[in-house]
Amino acid sequence: MSEAPAALTVRNLRVGFGTAEPLVRGVSFDIAPGECLAIVGESGSGKSVTARSVLGLAGAHARVTADRLELGGQSVLGLNDRAWRARRGRDVGLVLQDALVSLDPLRPIGREIADSLRLHTTLGATARARRVLELLDAVGLPDPELQVRKLSGQLSGGERQRALIAAAIALNPPLLIADEPTTALDVTVQAQILALLERITLGGTAVLLISHDLAVVSRIAHRVAVMHDGRLVETGRTAQVLGSPRQEQTRRMVAAIPADKPRGTRLSPAERRDTPSIPGTSAVTPTGIPHDRTVVLEAIELAKSFRRPDGSRQLAVDNVSFALNRGSTLGIVGESGSGKTTTARLLLALLAPEHGEVRVFGQPWSAASEKTRRGLRASVGAVYQDALGSFDPRWSVAAVLTDALGVRHGQRAPQTTARLRSLLDEVGLAATVLPRRPLELSGGQRQRVGIARALAGRPEILICDEPVSSLDVSVQAQVLDLLDDVQRERALSLVFISHDLGVVQHVSDHIAVMRAGRIVEIGPAARVFAAPQHQYSAQLLAAVPRLST
Amino acid sequence: MRVLGRVAARLAGAVFVLWMVATITFLAVRLIPGDPAQAVLGGPGSQASPEALAIVSAEYGFDQPVIVQYFTQLGRLATGDLGRSYALNMDVGPLVLSQLGGTLLLAVLALTLAWLLALALATWSTRGGTIAARVGSSLEIVAAALPHFWLATSLIVVFSIGLGVLPPISTGGVAGIVLPVLTLAIPLAGFLGQIMRESLLVALESPFVLSASARGESELGVLWIHALRHAALPAISLSGWAFGSLISGAVVVETIFARPGLGRTLLNAVTLRDVPVVIGVVMTVAVVYILMTLLTDAASHLVDPRLRLT
Repeated sequence: MSEAPAALTVRNLRVGFGTAEPLVRGVSFDIAPGECLAIVGESGSGKSVTARSVLGLAGAHARVTADRLELGGQSVLGLNDRAWRARRGRDVGLVLQDALVSLDPLRPIGREIADSLRLHTTLGATARARRVLELLDAVGLPDPELQVRKLSGQLSGGERQRALIAAAIALNPPLLIADEPTTALDVTVQAQILALLERITLGGTAVLLISHDLAVVSRIAHRVAVMHDGRLVETGRTAQVLGSPRQEQTRRMVAAIPADKPRGTRLSPAERRDTPSIPGTSAVTPTGIPHDRTVVLEAIELAKSFRRPDGSRQLAVDNVSFALNRGSTLGIVGESGSGKTTTARLLLALLAPEHGEVRVFGQPWSAASEKTRRGLRASVGAVYQDALGSFDPRWSVAAVLTDALGVRHGQRAPQTTARLRSLLDEVGLAATVLPRRPLELSGGQRQRVGIARALAGRPEILICDEPVSSLDVSVQAQVLDLLDDVQRERALSLVFISHDLGVVQHVSDHIAVMRAGRIVEIGPAARVFAAPQHQYSAQLLAAVPRLST
Repeated sequence: MRVLGRVAARLAGAVFVLWMVATITFLAVRLIPGDPAQAVLGGPGSQASPEALAIVSAEYGFDQPVIVQYFTQLGRLATGDLGRSYALNMDVGPLVLSQLGGTLLLAVLALTLAWLLALALATWSTRGGTIAARVGSSLEIVAAALPHFWLATSLIVVFSIGLGVLPPISTGGVAGIVLPVLTLAIPLAGFLGQIMRESLLVALESPFVLSASARGESELGVLWIHALRHAALPAISLSGWAFGSLISGAVVVETIFARPGLGRTLLNAVTLRDVPVVIGVVMTVAVVYILMTLLTDAASHLVDPRLRLT
């Protein structure tokens, strides 16, 4: 078996920056030609640094050492810059997350793809142009002749990612490194890109896939290596690692995947106090969440359109109606551009509908004046995707929450501190975060502060717009559990908006599937998932990353 | 069609700006104390007779109501007639035109040099390691803070009096323009360099630079093909404004180096209360400024294809 060398051999790889503890601490693995190995880990686990070290691009200040680091059986340890350049693109290709920023936004994609050919071949301009068209065709981009002249900003997320892959495989490198290649994409597009990567693997290329999401990689990876704190804690065949994880870290990651887990199942290791029961609520559903038939929020035939740059109007939300019962969760799912966020802004009365109305507790909401709404505003809270962007960066956590409590700046009463502490306690944060600024917090902590801010006004309704989509799967699990806890404790009614059907499935009692501004299907979560009525729901459902072992 | 519409909108905007400039200058000049007829007759020290003042007032229309004077002047400006200098006894149009070339040459050379210096400084300070970054950014801040009059005097002290290699006043040759250009270019280079370095750093940290390196692109290739274009964009948009500041800097520089040009003409005209010349120079500078803004817009469109999309 020794005649075909591994596409990549790594032994005892260590990477450190400055004098700090090494970020990668003794990593070893092989990838055979035609094999797909996935390295899975949380942010900061060292997986991206490992991938970049294989390209010699760990950074100018990185100290990279290894017993062996071989591409196609040839050692690349201690290569000089020139020798590295000759190998990059030819012997190993790289695909990064979000091609909007991974392709130069000022250059047509055709040029970017042709660059690899210009650097490593003697092909003339016409031959390069022809090859670029072949490549675009090979990655499944329709109308290559039309697309080559476009800038990355003119393409959709999936098209861009295809172009980026085309640039990486232009010279048929025996090894392709894909670092979170689908993280910024909608589920159906994600499924297509994964299928493309699988096709590339079948062609004999070795693929090193880097991801934080086990469910995503389980689709195409032959083997999985779980990375934690700079080490590979568990490596094995995908089915075996996911089916019977041996290490605690792997078990946590498997448990964190929300798809197919019934409502109320905990996704993260228990870390909280007992859940107190709510006095006066006796009706308890099988999942343990009390709710009744009182409608707290109602959308009636909402419509809203926007003006396109060329002056024509586009309907962003078209005839959207639903009712939210007290204590229950309505999940709204759809891909980018389906009108989810516009719906959220209509529900929060940040936008006025052109047609229809929103009613809160049976009272006019969208139709009321802002002055009347202001009295009710506290009862409708909001949690946003980009927690960091929703804070004033100069405000400390204490200032953010004090403001949300309705206490004027600089007028903190003694009891304010107590209220701040109890809020933080509720979202699982220590009081030590109070003096810190949002930038100093981790992504999960920020979203917890975002939830605390939403809870400060004692809302009865919470509108969550993609609250977990910028988080790692394990942090996402904690935040989802947190939302579940606060909903139970406060008898909150939730509108949960997400592009991730797996997440929506886990949190929702009812589900509305949106497409092109319309609700194509709405019904009880169990029914929609078991027997989707609309073809589009079925299609979305098929694309959800789940542990396919 | 859309391009034509945009050009038309730009032209309308330019006309509006010129009208505002004319109006504000007209009003500002009325605020200067003293009888303008006095200025025509050689200033307050000339002790002109009341009869002479009356004749001049009638000739130049100073006896008309202000609003009439305003519209008379606007009408003249609209036909391109800048009037006649009080002090120099010649038409303002030819006078300004004869001085414009020298100032434009000075400003264009200074802008070009500032760009080259800024690019070199920004590239060196982002690629040359920690010490280069510190030295580079300090140089930029110091250069950007230098006042023209101080820099001009220092350059004269060093290069003319000390080393004796360059003339302290403009003699008309190539050597004479070196110090004035340096005086204008150095502070601007510091300013542009700061902006370029910042955007260059952002560009070099971007994923598309990592993608390019992973394709086997060299450091020089990354800079040349990708990063510098991104770094140039904000500096290009600021160049229109920078050109305007160069022309106002020319007032100081031309005076110190005794160089003929618009700046010195303007200064003389202000001292002599030569209102038509002041207005003429200001209008000319406004036109140059508008043209320069159009040019930088065109340059931005050339470098950034995203602007050409809509």
